[in-house]
This record gives sequence, C-alpha cells and structure tokens, in this order.
Amino acid sequence: MINSFTQIDWFPFWLSLRVALIATAISLVAGLALAYLLARYQFRGREVLDSVITLPIVLPPTVLGYYLLVLLGRNSGLGRGFEAIFGFPLVFTWQAAVVAATFHSVPLLVKSARAALESVDRNLENAARTLGASEGRIFFHITLPLARRSILAATVFAFARALGDFGVTIMIAGNIPGKTQTMAVAIYDAMQSGNTLPANLMVLIISLTAIAILYATNRIQGKRLL
Amino acid sequence: MAQLEFTFRKRLAPVAGGRSFEHDFELDVALECDAGITVLFGPSGSGKTLTLDSLAGFLKPDDGRILLNDSILFDSGSGVCLAPRRRSIGYVFQNYALFPHMTVEQNLAFGIQHVPPLERRRRIHEMLELFGLSSRAGRRPGELSGGEKQRASIARALVTEPRLLLLDEPVRGLDYPLRADFYEILRNVRERHRIPILLVTHDVAEGFFLGDRMAVYGAGRIVQLGTPEEIFHQPRSPAIARLLGISNIYSGIVEELDPMAGRAVLKTPQFSVASAYLPGRFRGDSVSFCIRREQITLLPQGSPKTTNGRENCVRVRIAAEIFTPTTVRLVLSVVEQSEPASSAMDASNGVGSSAMESEVTRAAYQKMKIAQQREWLAELPSSAIHVFAEQSD
Repeated sequence: MINSFTQIDWFPFWLSLRVALIATAISLVAGLALAYLLARYQFRGREVLDSVITLPIVLPPTVLGYYLLVLLGRNSGLGRGFEAIFGFPLVFTWQAAVVAATFHSVPLLVKSARAALESVDRNLENAARTLGASEGRIFFHITLPLARRSILAATVFAFARALGDFGVTIMIAGNIPGKTQTMAVAIYDAMQSGNTLPANLMVLIISLTAIAILYATNRIQGKRLL
Repeated sequence: MAQLEFTFRKRLAPVAGGRSFEHDFELDVALECDAGITVLFGPSGSGKTLTLDSLAGFLKPDDGRILLNDSILFDSGSGVCLAPRRRSIGYVFQNYALFPHMTVEQNLAFGIQHVPPLERRRRIHEMLELFGLSSRAGRRPGELSGGEKQRASIARALVTEPRLLLLDEPVRGLDYPLRADFYEILRNVRERHRIPILLVTHDVAEGFFLGDRMAVYGAGRIVQLGTPEEIFHQPRSPAIARLLGISNIYSGIVEELDPMAGRAVLKTPQFSVASAYLPGRFRGDSVSFCIRREQITLLPQGSPKTTNGRENCVRVRIAAEIFTPTTVRLVLSVVEQSEPASSAMDASNGVGSSAMESEVTRAAYQKMKIAQQREWLAELPSSAIHVFAEQSD
C-alpha cells in the first residue's frame, strides 16, 4: 500500500494546484474590475454584458470548450497570434488549462463580487466623496475593505471550481499525461483504464480539499459549520 | 450676495432610485441662504433630500445654478458640474455613515489627508475635544453610543472646514435626551462656524427649535419661506397648515366686508366669525381660514356673547378629550347651526365638519372642571383668525 502510494504520479496534483492558483489570481483581478464596472456605472447594455459574463456557467462545459477551441485553436486568429508571440500553440498545453479554468471562475467571481460591492452602503461611499476622496480611493479604502469577506469567500469558491474543472479542460487542453493531465482528468483516465487505486486516492484528496475549502469559506463569512 | 444661492430643476422618472412615483416627480426649487440654520421642512417625498443631494453633487439637476461663496458648483448653461469632492461641503447622513472599519480618529482624518501632518493632528484633536470624543478616539463606530456616533459624524464633516453643512434628518429615531443634546451641539456649531447650514426635517418642533429660517416643501416645490414664527402664524395654504399640525381649518364665504371698520365677516355652514378686513376680496368669494387650538378660549355657557369686546363666540359641546403628556386637547362639536350643514362644504375641513379643537393645560382642565361640564362657549378672537392667501391645496 505504501509502495503504491509512492508510485503514484503526483504530477496531476501539482498541475491542478498550479493551474487553479493562476486561474484564480487572473479571475480575481478581471472579476473585480468587471464587478466594479457593473456595480458602479449605469450604461446601456449593462445587463447584456452581465448575461454574457454569466454565459460560461450556463453553457454545458463541453460546449464552452468547443467554442474556446474554435476561438483559440491553431487555425484561429487568436491561436495563430499566440503561436507567433510565444512560439507554441495555445491549445493542448497547460496554459490552455488555465484559460479553461479561468473561463469558469470569472463569472462566479463577478457575480459574487458585484453583489458584495453593491451591498456596501451607498451613504458610506457618498460620505467619502464629500470628504474629498477620489473614486479610486473610495474603491480601495472603503468599498473593497467592507466587501472583503464576501469577495474572499467567492475567491475561495472560485479556486475550488478551478481545481476540479473537467469538461472545458479536456476540450482545449486535452489529456496528455505529464503535460496537461489535471487531477479531474487523471481520475477519469484512471477509471477508464481500470486503475482504481490512483483514482481513489485522487478522489480522496479532492474531496478533502473541497471540504476544507467549504469550511474555510464559511469561517471567512463568520458562519460556524461545526 | 448671499453665501449660498441655488435654483434648479430635476425631473425623475416614475421609478427612480428604488422609489416609485405615479407620474414624473419634478423638483423645482430656488433659495438663498446666509450663515445660520435654514430648515427644509415638509412631508416625506417632497424633495428635501433630493435638494441636499443635488447641492452635494450626488445628483445632477436638469438645469439651474448653484453658487457657494461666489464659486460655481453647478451651472447647466456653461456645463459646469463639480464632483462632490471639490465642493467643500459637509454632509451629515441620516444613519451617520461613519466608516465602520476605521476608528473615530481615522474617520476624522479621512477627509484631511492633504493637510500637513502637524496641522492635521491639531485639527483632529481640536474637534475631538470640542465634541467630547477624545476618550473615544481609538474606538470603532460599532463601539460607540448613539450620541457619540452623532457627534462623530458632525465632527468628521466639520474637520474639513466646509463652506456649507447639510444635515438629513439627523435625529430621526433618536430619543428625547439625544435630540436635545443634538440641538445644543448644532446651535454651538452655528455660532462657531458662520456658514449656511441646511437641515432637513419633517418635525415641526425641530424646525422651531433650530431654524433661523424655514423653507416649506410641497410636491417638489418650496411653497412658503420665512421664519418658523411667520410660517406657523401665517401659513399660506390649508395644506401647509395641516402639515404644521393645525387642525381648525374651515371653508366658507365672505359675507360682509367693512373697510371703514377694518373688519370682515366670514360664514361657514356652522358659524360666522368676524375677522380682520380682507383687501382684494369681494362679498361672496369663497375663503379658507384657520385658527390655532391654543388661541381658542372656553368660556362658561352663560357668559354674555357680545359685551367687553368679546366677539365670535360659538356654542360648543365637548365631544372627546385627547390627553397629551402636558395638555388636554378638546374635540368640540359646534352646537349652533346657522343653517343646515351642506355636505359639499364638509369635505374640505381639517377636522370633522362641525368639529373644532381647543387645547388647555392639565391644570386648567382640572380647575375648569371640564370633565363634568360639557357645554361651553368657544371664543375665537378675530385677530387669531388667519385667512389663507392660497385657497387650494
């Protein structure tokens, strides 16, 4: 049993972690920016933008993967551009796994962040305005600190989602062992080839991670789970 | 040139900012204020807070001008509209809006970051001293009492040395001792800082306590302007009178006009009264008038009606008593009927068609044995009869 343990290929685990961290970081920045835009400004098409951002969570993962493949594949404009700049195609690399995870995390973050930003008392922001603060100062010193908890909880949740992405990842990053095989994909692969031990172990790891994340999220928001 | 001058209009669509109106709401106001407290008084939804928000820059009027100490804050003609942070205006919000994640000292420091550190510390400590918050400087708003939060929010607004101070129903929901404290604080502020102070309230008593001047709001417009005394004693319309809590409002016609004697006679379905002469009116004109509760005297039933300069005595019966903490309000029913009451006239009165309200102190209530004696003579001094300048609401 211990032997089997050391024989486990830990690559999917570290890859998933790396992908999820990078994807979450990008989602946080992009998500906050979009959430701020949607929360603060009234403009025509605002709800259309909101719907477009929400689309990735509503579309079936493989469908989203398909669209991304068309958009970023070797024959597309963006794909060719990427290859020209970086020397290798985007699809079927671990970077593509990051893109896949991001596409799913951003909508989650935007929704939660927007709600959190909008829940900050408008009077507080107005008070800050009468006291001479610029919009930037208001965002970083008033709005964000007060919405911090909800946004943090949303980030942790987005991380969990990024960690376990399957459908989109397998479509645009593929299932290349040692290169693009994230944990969720590795579990699928192991089950398919009858290797239940690695599958069981990875499932256990992900399950424990998920529970830990749920616990952390609730604690951040001040709720007691146990 | 007044310190603050503004005139602007703003139309709001039927659903705006979480409130819905039946049709467009139009705010159309103009006012000039000097140093001192100007009270914006009126019912909820009449545009008082909208006015403050427009002055602060949270709302952009459709057209108009706002001038503060000769600087243009807003001018639709030239397209000028300064952001709130450039207007040098202090705003005390209804719920104080203290930053919950900062201490009192940090709250005060927030608005004067641009001031050199030494001067900044001096100003903050001066404010803390002035408002009795020195011992609470390191606390967060969540740890402060209601009174301390109130003082902190005013201190924060004043530490930036604004040229105008706006307060939106600052004592709403506070108990009496806190209100009294607040009025005291505000009076001190008025003395120390000679700037225009605009205060929104729908409490008449507050307007009286604090206002050097009062602007009465009605459906987005300023319907009367003057000192609280002037407004209370000479409300321009029945609507304003009702707002002020005046309940003896009557409709009738001008029966007689006597310019030589300087008097007129007004006739309602229930009674006739003599009043001061009304220039510009004709016999037969319809007229509305009111008389305040405290101006009506109750005389024993058998008193002579017309001797000793007594006039306007009406036979009444006490229908009910309403006990307030310090007085007793008497709901009177007019017994004398000059002609059968017509239902058309009845509808427009403030009280029931044949009802009148008088008010006596508790001591007088006991002394006059009003509980036992129900039939009285109500005296309505002609000097106390106030005829409305505007008939309609």
